[in-house]
Amino acid sequence: MRTLTKRVFNTSRATAETTAETDQSQEAAMSEPLLALRIESESTGTGEAFGRLEGDEPVARDTVTPRPARENSRHAQAHESAIKHVTGRARYIDDLPAPHGALHAMVGLSDVAHGRITRLDLGAVMEMPGVIDVITAQHIPGHRDIGPVFPGDPMLADEEVSYVGQPLFAIAATSYLEARRAVKAAVVEIAPLPPRFDPVAAADAGEFVRPTHVQMSGDWQQALEHAPHVLEAEQFVGGQEHFYLEGQACLVVPGEDEGVTVYTSNQHPSETQKLVAEVLDIPFHAVTVENRRMGGGFGGKETQAAPWACMAALLARRTGRAIRLRLPRAEDTRATGKRHPFHNRYRLGFDDEGVILGGDMTLIGDCGHSPDLSEAVVDRAMFHADNAYSLGAARVTGHRARTHMASNTAFRGFGGPQGMMIVEQAMDDIARHVGEDPLTVRKRNLYRIGRDTTHYGQHVDQYPLMVEIIERLERSSDYWQRRDEIRAFNRQSAVIKRGLALTPVKFGISFTAKHLNQAGALLHVYTDGSVMINHGGTEMGQGLHTKVCQVVARELGIDFESVRISATRTDKVPNTSPTAASSGADLNGMAARDAATQIRQRLLDFAAEHYQFDREGLHLENGKLVSDIGAVTPAVSWGELIQAAYLGRVSLSATGFYSTPLIHYDRDSGQGRPFYYFAYGASVSEVRVDTLSGEYRVERVDILHDVGDSLNPAIDLGQVEGGFIQGMGWLTSEELKWNDDGRLLTDGPATYKIPTFGDLPPIFNVELLEGHPNSQASLYRSKAVGEPPFMLGISVWSALRDALSSLTGYRVSPPLDTPATPERVLMAAEALRAGPANVGASR
Amino acid sequence: MIEFFLNGQRQRVATEPETSVLELLRGPLARHGTKEGCASGDCGACTVAIASPEDGQQSLTYRTANACITPAHQLQGAHLITVEGLARGDALHPAQSSMVACHGSQCGFCTPGIVMSLFVMHEQQRSAPGMPLDDHRLEAALGGNLCRCTGYRPIRDAALSMSEHADTRPPWADDPTLERAVRELSPTVASEGQSGYLTPTTLAELTAAMQRHPEARLVAGATDLWLEATQRLEPFEMLIDLRQVRELRQIEETADGWWIGAAVSYREWEPLLVEHYPAFAHLLTRLGSAQIRNRGTVGGNIANASPIGDTPPVLLTLDARLRLAGPQGMRELPLASFFLDYKKTALEPGECVAAIYLPKPQANFEQRVWKLSKRREDDISTLLGAFRWRRKDGVLSDVRVAYGGMAAIPLRVEAVEAALEGRKPDQATFRTARQALHDSLTPMSDARGSRDYRLTAAVNLLERWRLTLVDTGSNDPAQEVILDAYAH
Repeated sequence: MRTLTKRVFNTSRATAETTAETDQSQEAAMSEPLLALRIESESTGTGEAFGRLEGDEPVARDTVTPRPARENSRHAQAHESAIKHVTGRARYIDDLPAPHGALHAMVGLSDVAHGRITRLDLGAVMEMPGVIDVITAQHIPGHRDIGPVFPGDPMLADEEVSYVGQPLFAIAATSYLEARRAVKAAVVEIAPLPPRFDPVAAADAGEFVRPTHVQMSGDWQQALEHAPHVLEAEQFVGGQEHFYLEGQACLVVPGEDEGVTVYTSNQHPSETQKLVAEVLDIPFHAVTVENRRMGGGFGGKETQAAPWACMAALLARRTGRAIRLRLPRAEDTRATGKRHPFHNRYRLGFDDEGVILGGDMTLIGDCGHSPDLSEAVVDRAMFHADNAYSLGAARVTGHRARTHMASNTAFRGFGGPQGMMIVEQAMDDIARHVGEDPLTVRKRNLYRIGRDTTHYGQHVDQYPLMVEIIERLERSSDYWQRRDEIRAFNRQSAVIKRGLALTPVKFGISFTAKHLNQAGALLHVYTDGSVMINHGGTEMGQGLHTKVCQVVARELGIDFESVRISATRTDKVPNTSPTAASSGADLNGMAARDAATQIRQRLLDFAAEHYQFDREGLHLENGKLVSDIGAVTPAVSWGELIQAAYLGRVSLSATGFYSTPLIHYDRDSGQGRPFYYFAYGASVSEVRVDTLSGEYRVERVDILHDVGDSLNPAIDLGQVEGGFIQGMGWLTSEELKWNDDGRLLTDGPATYKIPTFGDLPPIFNVELLEGHPNSQASLYRSKAVGEPPFMLGISVWSALRDALSSLTGYRVSPPLDTPATPERVLMAAEALRAGPANVGASR
Repeated sequence: MIEFFLNGQRQRVATEPETSVLELLRGPLARHGTKEGCASGDCGACTVAIASPEDGQQSLTYRTANACITPAHQLQGAHLITVEGLARGDALHPAQSSMVACHGSQCGFCTPGIVMSLFVMHEQQRSAPGMPLDDHRLEAALGGNLCRCTGYRPIRDAALSMSEHADTRPPWADDPTLERAVRELSPTVASEGQSGYLTPTTLAELTAAMQRHPEARLVAGATDLWLEATQRLEPFEMLIDLRQVRELRQIEETADGWWIGAAVSYREWEPLLVEHYPAFAHLLTRLGSAQIRNRGTVGGNIANASPIGDTPPVLLTLDARLRLAGPQGMRELPLASFFLDYKKTALEPGECVAAIYLPKPQANFEQRVWKLSKRREDDISTLLGAFRWRRKDGVLSDVRVAYGGMAAIPLRVEAVEAALEGRKPDQATFRTARQALHDSLTPMSDARGSRDYRLTAAVNLLERWRLTLVDTGSNDPAQEVILDAYAH
């Protein structure tokens, strides 16, 4: 390929080219002699074409040399940024170089949960050193309400405040510290109104952010009336702070037109583009939103990254200067919503074997002050109130309670975990009631022949997989032998009690908002054969970009290093869905595959004609064009093929698109097929509890999880392990506490305790289920893996209840609200010791 | 103006008293590899390695620190290593290559901090290759680095497999002149007074400086003080650093005990406790994180007078005394007389804690220290019970009982001591003791625990204590009354 530039007509250019070439390694120059020869021979007699090559055309002098790849897409490829992560070269928002004169923005937050703003005097703020600009709701030229789905979220509070931590005003100053100090100078007077913090009281009073939704199957009342046994109980399931290590942050650079470029730590660039444009009252095409990577998202940057970008954008347009905005940890934690706390109730009828006949479940999600995503979050809780079990004739009711709290939002599992908790509590309670091991009762209630349709009318595809996973895990974890040992131990041990539990997970995959189940991609092949793929998904550590690059490499038969993603940008792929609902790879991987398939087809069509190969049997493999038919056909290298295709005027750019088939849900009837498929998994946890102090340790965990045919086993394993630990943290040590005025007390890692190194169970056996491809035509028959493993953590909570139950000889199923901190565990133990009469589920 | 080395390169920069190492790195020095996760020393994302002059080691010894709460001025005379300073071109340091090979990073934001903790662990391993990398060491080294993505398994694997990777040395490690160049830097900050940061080297200089600058704040490990800078944004008019004051850095052995200098770090104090007070030493493994223990001091833990400080209740049961230095010289005070009210102490203006006297354990000495917290590692006590006694012929004597987290100050509970003194530890005696405890304390509810829980758990710790006094003579795990992870 060096021939291309050596055959020059212009001598001065030739000198420059030769100098440049001396920098190239000898090895690279030697690697593609064939290509050089070929192109030279190609070009013979087409001097005109060569004449044009001497201009500024984009034909590369060297091409990439794809290494022979082992089955690219199945390979446990390391994270595409791994080396950048460990050397500190990976850039996050606050690491980006800002244009000269960039300002730092900071946000003034409400100290009052509910009230009317009677005075917002920012004169003193303007006088503080370094302050350049101050904005309030009055300064917004466009939409003041930036509610993502439904209205209810003012960008800056106007007249009324609805939670402690609500943004009131924003400022720009010449330094971060000056900005932080200046905010404190504001004079804010708020006339308090009575706040509401109790979601149950809110539900009783009909205070909802969205209407109540009900799903029903069969005659649940009759089922309850005729059931031999009926139990009812309630539980409180705590919320969870995302604790992404990189807090909310953005950098907004004003452009030469009316628009801005927004660099933001953000799971939903398209929505932020829309909101910024609407706040500024400018067209969407004037706003470009970019994200290279996030330092963690977990749902916390799906809708709640946008407000900061909107404020920074307004300040950027007003000052004409770039704006950096980064929330300090405590402000971030107070201002943004969390996983929804839930109050759940069940009333279930069952037979002597503990098999559920039917009943009634009520889920009350604490949504905070506005709808945000709560409609869908509570829906998903309702869709998972069955977890892996057939509820029979059941009614499931979901309330969206309005409280004066930050607006609770997406968090890994999106309501699913909170919904599952009630049926898992019921399984334990029923087992104690009928005197069986909880695992036995769980197994009896799994979806099965004749009981294979959910309470919302979806047939449970692949339900036998759940049975298989549980049975394999039962054996590999020695469940029954350990059960006997633990029972014997607990009979002997007065203070220390051991607990064991196996809990399943069945998680529905698809956005329940149907229109979000679409994705786009943009693929370019450059003339050196290197490939750029952009898609609508964002990278937050889950390895999405790695997987998408693997998909493209596999489709084009080239190696991983030849494919790169620059960043997620709204000007590359428009109108994207959030990276959420575990759908990142399912949707964007399919869109990328579509784009790559188009390119491949074009290349093969071109090659068949150009090289006079038989089109049938041509394919791309290990960086070469090869043919199955006619072994005499010489292989053509990827680089050569691309250059030939370019010269042959074949478009080397394609957009890809995907939309999930088959899904639908009718909210009026509460019936449909909201999920394309289900992902399955199960975990066994063993705990050791000190019933005098409430301290406990998770001693052993065994997990078997279904990801279909894995796209990348290393990344999938990381999702399963990380999801489990995060789920365990949610149910154990991560406690959100507010004072009586609605101010969050646990607003940083000093008081809010996510799992740390020593919380990793000493025995942690995690396996991906092999040999069970997705029954649906998903991306290479893989399954989504982001959220489902989170709910594997429920086995820890159930094991704690098991240990506590041993205090009563396993007769009583103790209530244990979450998070099950040492405090809650101790108080539960004390209550059991004081007398089990009034403890537990009641008839 | 401070002078130090950064990844082998000499630096001379001007900085403000309240500027942290992290702010210096990410601001004027434009090193963005070190991340801010919390700015309160709780997450470890900003972990760096520092070899400090006052360590007085034979060769430069690198210790982890949270850059977000380490004063930039404390870099004076030190060698600071950040994540940018490990790899040699494309050749990764084992702390890095093992993380890549084990898929130890996902979002990557905590990764630079984890790499730095692994780097220090690797350096320790190089200097003492025989030391096993057991769970205890791993937890001690990595417990202060939060990761929200991985669940830690791959990070544990990376830690355990570093030795299997090519032992690439950082570029600066080749420089034979570096160590001397670092040591030739002054350990004290130049241009006193102008900088707002004083580094006295003797007690006399210290007390004189305190008199000259009554507005000054004292700083040693800065692990608590710096929260005022990063969380409350309070500017410090003047800081006086205790870390170079010779008398405050010594451990002086007497016939009956030790005078521990107030600026001795937890880490430096630990070997003495391991030898003589293993229960106390065990508590230190759960005090903060390695990053905190490397810099925090026992003098700070006492003078800070927090009701939930970990060491004061233990020291109360050991009859510790304090040496207070002031303009009129030294005076001694029993620790029990030091804590007056919430965050209020017996220190007079111009006075500081100079040393803590720790008596040697007497014959038949026994001790238990139990800290209860939401999370085992890197958490602050919800409550802490400290018990110390002697036992002869089955009778308890010299009983001391103290609690943290149960009142506005760390508190000795004399009613409980009286109930137990001179008695056999039988059920009836302890029933009386529990009642006495219940009647003596009125804890409060806060983010860490409710009043009821605190009281119930505090009373239960007495029952745990009683049970440990019953010698069953069996190794049957079913007779255990405390979880292994909390036992000492």
